[in-house]
Amino acid sequence: MSHTVIIKGAVKRYGNFTALHGIDLTVNSGEFFTLLGPSGCGKTTLLRMIAGFNTIEEGTISFDDVVINAIEAHKRDIGMVFQNYAIFPHLTVYDNVAYGLRARKMRKEEVTPKVEKALELVHIKDLSNRRPSELSGGQQQRVALARAVVIEPGLLLMDEPLSNLDAKLRVQMRTVIKKLQRRLGITTIYVTHDQEEALAISDRIAVMKDGVIQQIGTPKEIYTHPAKPFVANFIGTSNFLSCIVNSAEEVKVEDTYLCSLPLAKNFKGKASISARPEHMYFTTSGLHGKIVLSTFLGDFINYEVQLDDGKIIQVNEYSQNMEELRPADSEVFVKFNPQKVSVYDQATEEVLS
Amino acid sequence: MMRRNGHPFDFWNSTRLVVFLSILLFMIFPFSSLIINSFHIPGKTGLSLDNFKDFFTLPYYYRTLFNSLTVACITMLTALAIGLPIAYLMTRYNVMGKNILHILIIISLMSPPFIGAYSWILLFGRAGFLTKALAKIGIIFPTIYGKGGIIVVFTLMMYPYIYLYVSGALNNIDSSLEEAAENLGASKWHRIRTVTLPVVLPSIAGGAIIVFMTSLADFGTPMLIGEGYKVLPVMIYEEYMSEMGGNANLASALSIIIVFFSTSVLLIQKLLVANRNYIMTSSRPPKVINTHGWKRFGISLPVYLVCMFSILPQLTVVVTSFINTRGPLFVKGFGLGSYKNILYRLSKPITNTYLYSLCSIILIVIFGILISYLIVRKKGSTGSLLDILVMFPYVIPGSVLGISLLVAFNKPPLLLTGTAIIMIISFIIRKIPFTVRSSSAFLQQMDPCVEEASISLGVSPRKTFFAVTARLMTPGIISGAILSWISCINELSSSIMLYTGKTATIAVSIYTEVVRNSFGTAAALASILTVTTTLSLMIFMKVSKGKVSVV
Repeated sequence: MSHTVIIKGAVKRYGNFTALHGIDLTVNSGEFFTLLGPSGCGKTTLLRMIAGFNTIEEGTISFDDVVINAIEAHKRDIGMVFQNYAIFPHLTVYDNVAYGLRARKMRKEEVTPKVEKALELVHIKDLSNRRPSELSGGQQQRVALARAVVIEPGLLLMDEPLSNLDAKLRVQMRTVIKKLQRRLGITTIYVTHDQEEALAISDRIAVMKDGVIQQIGTPKEIYTHPAKPFVANFIGTSNFLSCIVNSAEEVKVEDTYLCSLPLAKNFKGKASISARPEHMYFTTSGLHGKIVLSTFLGDFINYEVQLDDGKIIQVNEYSQNMEELRPADSEVFVKFNPQKVSVYDQATEEVLS
Repeated sequence: MMRRNGHPFDFWNSTRLVVFLSILLFMIFPFSSLIINSFHIPGKTGLSLDNFKDFFTLPYYYRTLFNSLTVACITMLTALAIGLPIAYLMTRYNVMGKNILHILIIISLMSPPFIGAYSWILLFGRAGFLTKALAKIGIIFPTIYGKGGIIVVFTLMMYPYIYLYVSGALNNIDSSLEEAAENLGASKWHRIRTVTLPVVLPSIAGGAIIVFMTSLADFGTPMLIGEGYKVLPVMIYEEYMSEMGGNANLASALSIIIVFFSTSVLLIQKLLVANRNYIMTSSRPPKVINTHGWKRFGISLPVYLVCMFSILPQLTVVVTSFINTRGPLFVKGFGLGSYKNILYRLSKPITNTYLYSLCSIILIVIFGILISYLIVRKKGSTGSLLDILVMFPYVIPGSVLGISLLVAFNKPPLLLTGTAIIMIISFIIRKIPFTVRSSSAFLQQMDPCVEEASISLGVSPRKTFFAVTARLMTPGIISGAILSWISCINELSSSIMLYTGKTATIAVSIYTEVVRNSFGTAAALASILTVTTTLSLMIFMKVSKGKVSVV
């Protein structure tokens, strides 16, 4: 049965450097959970602690109610897919996939159907006699996937599995992975630095920075209600506008534009507003600036607008709403949709909206 | 703190323990016995510096150090003078028959070192073939005994180190690098001086240092051809071995001195090139300039001349081994007399050589891959300590190693002197760095994820090592083993200290046969070694497919 993974206060140190500061996390049985963050944020370190390739300095990691800190890597019953696939170069595709089953001393009659089924799941059954050197990157990725799931592990770990593929194949493979995971119902922990990939593939995401979890939530929660400015900035694109809050009805943005914001808390003082380009629009009053650059992107146009105080913000305008490109240097007024923005206390980065 | 591999006595921890205990017993213990021994005076108790004082005050002794350093320095320069141009010509021009020349150069490097000296005696010695022939037409050939002879033989034997190091580096320069310089307006000589040379400098230094260390440590050549010109390893041998007036304590002191010098030179080199190693993965190897007609001939000729001279010893011994002899004299006509002679008299050394070498390489391979795994994969303090300890034999001349083993294992319960075991131990210590180095290089290129994949699939680290890691290292292991094998069968300088009548090897017997002027049998024995070496090299090249360097 697929594990629930419970991580409590996990700490990782390298000498004096603390890579992970007390991580708390629960991954539910059957869930597709992603650790997302920039490089060096500790996501791979945490994944390797779960796999058993890194030590755990403090805290515990449990599968269901069993603490696995002291269990050796090869006894943890985990399927793992590596960034560079780590296909055994001396074995055929079939033998690669059969490797874990044979390690479990499974009889030959049992191995063959399982391997064939796994190869079928990732659509490479006709490659079973090939050598790894004869496979493309995408095919190797499929072998790695089949090899990890064929042992029917309680947990599947994936360390940036798509980062070595080209853009088109990456999108294709992420659908393959998602469908496979749904079908098998294996608890999966996935590591990536690609926010778009994380949004597309995950049930829930933990956004990490400097060894600390910034926010855990569904892709929609994280995108629409980023808990911290870092998350707002890392996931998608955000414009940050500084403002002074006197009351929810009286907010002065960038010293020029007065508006009201739906604040959840009683707050007075300096704050910053994070607004997505698609939640900004051109109008006849508001923040004044001029257009610096326009980029045609098919169904919308992305404008860079320089405000009077020099700050550059991005505004998306949907193509069907307008006749032609706004020329460079044309003067514009910009407003945002107050219902869609996030507001943070500038001092504590606490979310106010 | 939690241990990565749970149990303190898991596979790798036990391996580490066994490796460190072996190093302690067979390297550190003998060498510290040697150091202690060097502070003793025969017949007296207590420690004293007298041995060292004698060395640095009596010209008879300190001159040998001076001689050794002179020979090593000059050889380094002459080997550079020959090796560098050859490396440049071979990598940048279409020299005729390039591949065969390359193999010939490697053969001349891997051949028994003292065979060079021996052949030169056969050709140009007092009773040499060419000396006599030239004398008949009135030409008196200058003597080849002494300093000049040692340097000539050393140079022809060791320029291949420079050639192999530098041509390897030259081939690794991405052609775009030189093209960039050309594009920026640099002329050819300017380019060589400002780009090519600085980039290959670490390799030049690496090759030069090997030449220096090898010529400092070599025993066979100066022993055979040096005569009055005594170098330190010869002095060590004579002090230890001579029946009258020999002084084992003084020999120990001499050993410490030579190790001190070779270690210092190695450390200086490490400091000088430490942060100047340019790692390059050549995507486009440099262009080879195609020359034609006379120009091509002119470019090929120097390479051919050098190769001819350096392969001459091998040809000489093979030819002379078929010349008939009467006692110590060569007589007219060809035959198998010398070979019959060794079958009758010297078959024991032949079986000894192959038997000891075989035992050694089996142990070298097993220990070598385990040690290289500990160094490369199990980083941390033990890994780097091991890295240093294992390379220690590089700075210890064979004769010094021989003495330290004799000093350490000459009384019960560790009475090993005169046994085959002590010969095998010395082979292993001396040759294991080759295998450790070649398998470390292989391991470094291997992605650790492959092992982790196996472990995550439920295979224990120990089983993973044998099923995946060792399996993938096989080509590297076999190549390293063949190189170790070649240098085991040719080993002289430690064996000459350790052998007894029963445990003599081919190399030792060649030496003793030459000393008793039995040139025919010596030539036949040398031919056996040369042929074995050449065949082993051929197998090595087949297996390694050019991926493993011989140096």
